[in-house]
Formats: sequence, C-alpha cells, structure tokens
Amino acid sequence: MAAFLSMGGYAAYVWSSYAITFGIMILLYVHTKRQGEKHLRWLRRHIVTRDNEK
Amino acid sequence: MFKFFYHYSSLRNFYFFSEKLMPFLITIFLGLIIYSLYGALISAPADYQQGDSFRIIYVHVPSAWMSLLVYMAMGLSAVSVLVWRVKLAEITLSAIAPIGATFTLAALVTGSIWGKPMWGTWWEWDARLTSELVLLFLYLGVIALLRAIDDRRTGARSASILCLIGIVNIPIVHYSVEWWNTLHQGPTVSKFDSPSIHIDMLIPLLTMTVAFMLYFIIISLYRIRSAILVYDKETQWVKDLITSSKREQI
Repeated sequence: MAAFLSMGGYAAYVWSSYAITFGIMILLYVHTKRQGEKHLRWLRRHIVTRDNEK
Repeated sequence: MFKFFYHYSSLRNFYFFSEKLMPFLITIFLGLIIYSLYGALISAPADYQQGDSFRIIYVHVPSAWMSLLVYMAMGLSAVSVLVWRVKLAEITLSAIAPIGATFTLAALVTGSIWGKPMWGTWWEWDARLTSELVLLFLYLGVIALLRAIDDRRTGARSASILCLIGIVNIPIVHYSVEWWNTLHQGPTVSKFDSPSIHIDMLIPLLTMTVAFMLYFIIISLYRIRSAILVYDKETQWVKDLITSSKREQI
C-alpha cells in the first residue's frame, strides 16, 4: 500500500494531477447542477408572476 | 437524415430526448471511470524511463484531446449559428464553452506538473504549450463575448465569428510537435498504425478518454437542457412542465 501511495517517489506529482483534474470536473458538475436549480426556481417565479399579471 | 436533425433541433424534442438518454450515459460513465482509474493507477506497468510519473498521462492526454474536440464541436455549432441560425446551436455554443475551458485548464496544469520532474521546469514557451495556452484564451474570449452582449442572438453570432477565427489554432496545437522542434514529446498514440505505447498502457488511456467524452456529453446535456427551459420560457410546454413537475432538478 505504501509503495502504491508513494508512486515510485512521484506521489506529489501524480496525486496532485489526479486531484486537480477530478476536482475541477466535480466543481463544474456541482456548478452546473446549482445553476440548473437556480434556473428552475427563477422559471417558477417567472411563470407565477406572469399568470398573476394575466 | 435531414428529417432526423430537423426533428431533434427542435428545443422541445431535444429536451425530452436527452432526458431519456441521461441515465444510460451516467451508468456507462461511472463504469468506465472506475475501470479506467483501476487500469491507470494499478494494472498498467510503470514506464521504463519515467517510472510511475507517466501515470499523469491518464488525466493529461484525455484532457488535452477533449480540449481540441470540444473546440471543434463549438466550431460546428458556430457554423450552424451563422449559416442556419439554429437556436439549439446558439444554446450549445454557450453551454459547452466552459467545459472546453475546464479541459484546457486541466491539460495545462497537469502538463505543467508532469513537466517539472521530467523536464526540470514547470513551464516552457514551446509551440505545444503556447498554442494550448492560446486555446484557453480563445475559450475565455468566447465565454466573455457571450456574457458581454445582452442580446442572446447577437452575442451568439459574435462569439461564433471569434470561435471560427480561433479554429485555425486547432491544427497548430495538434501538429506543433511535428512542425517545430519542441520540448514536448511527439505523438505516441495518434500513430494508429504503430502506437509507441504498450497495449497494457494504451487500453486504460483509451477508456479514460471515452469516460471524459461521456462526462462532456453529460455536463453539456445538463447545461443545454437548463438553458432550453429559460430560452423557451414563454412557451406552453415549458409552463406545463414547470407547473406540473415538483422536481427540484432539471
């Protein structure tokens, strides 16, 4: 296990590369989901307001 | 064929078609990413020269390939915006630009991290690295232009023109290692007749690339579907969907 984690002495380089790549991919996913939920809330308010105006 | 594209370029049809597609794509993506990570970090042997540091290839190369592929997809959308004025293409252009920028950033950062132990430097102004950095600026330019112009259609047309001007950078990024004498290594995988990478190392690389492609498709669909609802907010089908659905997610 220790040998696997040490990556032949390149642990800092290998693990940081994977962490950064998957980290920004996860961040983009979270941002996309939050933006989608925000759009949905805005649409609900927009439709209610429009119906009330009618 | 034309009928198929015409049918699914309708925002409503695309919205419901992509909803059915999502569970399959997510399942395949999760399976592939687990398999690829196992292959990349455990089953692939260490490189005889670079040791275990070569394992960075499994995140660096798929990110770099995706940075080019997403830009080409943006180019196709840009042509559809300028020539046929397809609404779905306008939405696609603005939805996928941040994903392309993310992959480009990942390729640059992981390349820099890989460069330090192998070349002894974090950065070198050689043709491959510089042209990839230019690609990141092109993505940021397209995103900035889309956000700077209030009128959605004018913004999409302006961003499409910038995108098509920038497409000249794609062959420069790809062939830079052949056209110039660069610090970056030459092609290893794209020589399909005789790739200079062992099959045990190659398979996880290819599966990881497919996983990254699926990630791109999944995130694109999330973003496009969300934008479709806002774009078509005055239509009856969106009203019906929003009022009848208690879902929190799109």
